[in-house]
Amino acid sequence: MESTRAKGLALIQARDLAAHVDQPIFLVDHEGVLVFFNEAAEDLLGKDFESVGELTRERWVAMWSPQGPTGDHLALNDLPVSIVLRDKRPAHAQIRITTATGDCPLLEVTAIPLLPPGEPFAGALAIFWKAGD
Amino acid sequence: MKVKVWGCRGSLAAPGPYTVKYGGNTSCVQVTLEDGTLLILDAGTGLMRLGLDLDMKKISKVHLLLSHLHLDHIQGLGFFGPAFTGDIEFIVWGPPSARMNLEARIERYLSEPLFPVHVSQMSAELTFRNVPDGSWEIGSATITSELVMHAGVTVGYRIEEAGRSLTYIPDHEPARPFDLTTVDAQWVSGHSLAAGSDVLFHDSQYTDEEYLKSVGFGHSSVRDSIAFAQMSQVGKLIMFHHDPRHSDDDLDNLAEFATSLWTGEGPPPEMAYEGMEFELKPATSETSVVNL
Repeated sequence: MESTRAKGLALIQARDLAAHVDQPIFLVDHEGVLVFFNEAAEDLLGKDFESVGELTRERWVAMWSPQGPTGDHLALNDLPVSIVLRDKRPAHAQIRITTATGDCPLLEVTAIPLLPPGEPFAGALAIFWKAGD
Repeated sequence: MKVKVWGCRGSLAAPGPYTVKYGGNTSCVQVTLEDGTLLILDAGTGLMRLGLDLDMKKISKVHLLLSHLHLDHIQGLGFFGPAFTGDIEFIVWGPPSARMNLEARIERYLSEPLFPVHVSQMSAELTFRNVPDGSWEIGSATITSELVMHAGVTVGYRIEEAGRSLTYIPDHEPARPFDLTTVDAQWVSGHSLAAGSDVLFHDSQYTDEEYLKSVGFGHSSVRDSIAFAQMSQVGKLIMFHHDPRHSDDDLDNLAEFATSLWTGEGPPPEMAYEGMEFELKPATSETSVVNL
């Protein structure tokens, strides 16, 4: 039969968590593909996930143009999510993004690896909030 | 491959006059491959009777594939005669853990004070192995395991041989957190494992009403089990892990309910019962499943 490869359990459970908390959460797979963000994240990102869908890392970076806290250049590899993907360890940073409305809020971002026991690295879960909130 | 059910009850063994038809022993399924290799899916209380039935003159190696380590899936281990009296090679496969090896986890049960006999007293040549990620070969079959949604670390198994496949997911709650009738299949636990299987053994523990009171316990309603099977386009669904409170009459009613829900191609779902026996014929054969 024609079948879409299902996500691994770690991503399914992470999405379950994201869907049930009122804290912005952004979820990427092991290649950095954006696979989900929750309703709480929609307010900060200015878009809903249904309209965005899955995006490669290059495309979601282009969509929200992350920058350093003072608006300075931020290398793709220095994003917390990129650090998790590369080093498989938690990472935190202050960044700015450009939302759909043109705002550039300052965000705190903490990303953690999704590493199920005995299984390959599944991706990263990033939780974020407006700095100062 | 030939398949025989030795236990299909969930959670707790339920012997007695109300469970004669479907049986009261907990999860245990025997799979004999074309080349004679013996696989046992889970070591529930049904394992004792399976052990008594085996002709040990013909068997030198047993592969036990544990879906997880809840007591109803390992309780038969202490009563599996061939492991204590024979000189077989006994290979136990189970879900991985980052903290403890499989032997140490099983030893928690097979040791005092929970059990009088220690795992080290088995005379069999014992090996404990975490299931590898993805697929591997046992005998003439390819085995695939995958983590699935249940309470605690749990895997399902897919056994493929001669172009046919049997998937075993005895404890599973794919409907958490999504409505199976609307969710994209790629977000459904176990879907990749079960997709296109000729036979699927799947958790079907609850009625709709019972499931509403048990969301998050890691089990499925009959309705969700059917939705999962249809989404996965399986050839035949065998409903498994019967609730220990369900009598034969209750299960008859659930079987009827399941038939009314089934809209897939092929035969309607069937309730697993102790003694159920069938052969999965090679893909070169016209029929896939033949009852024995």
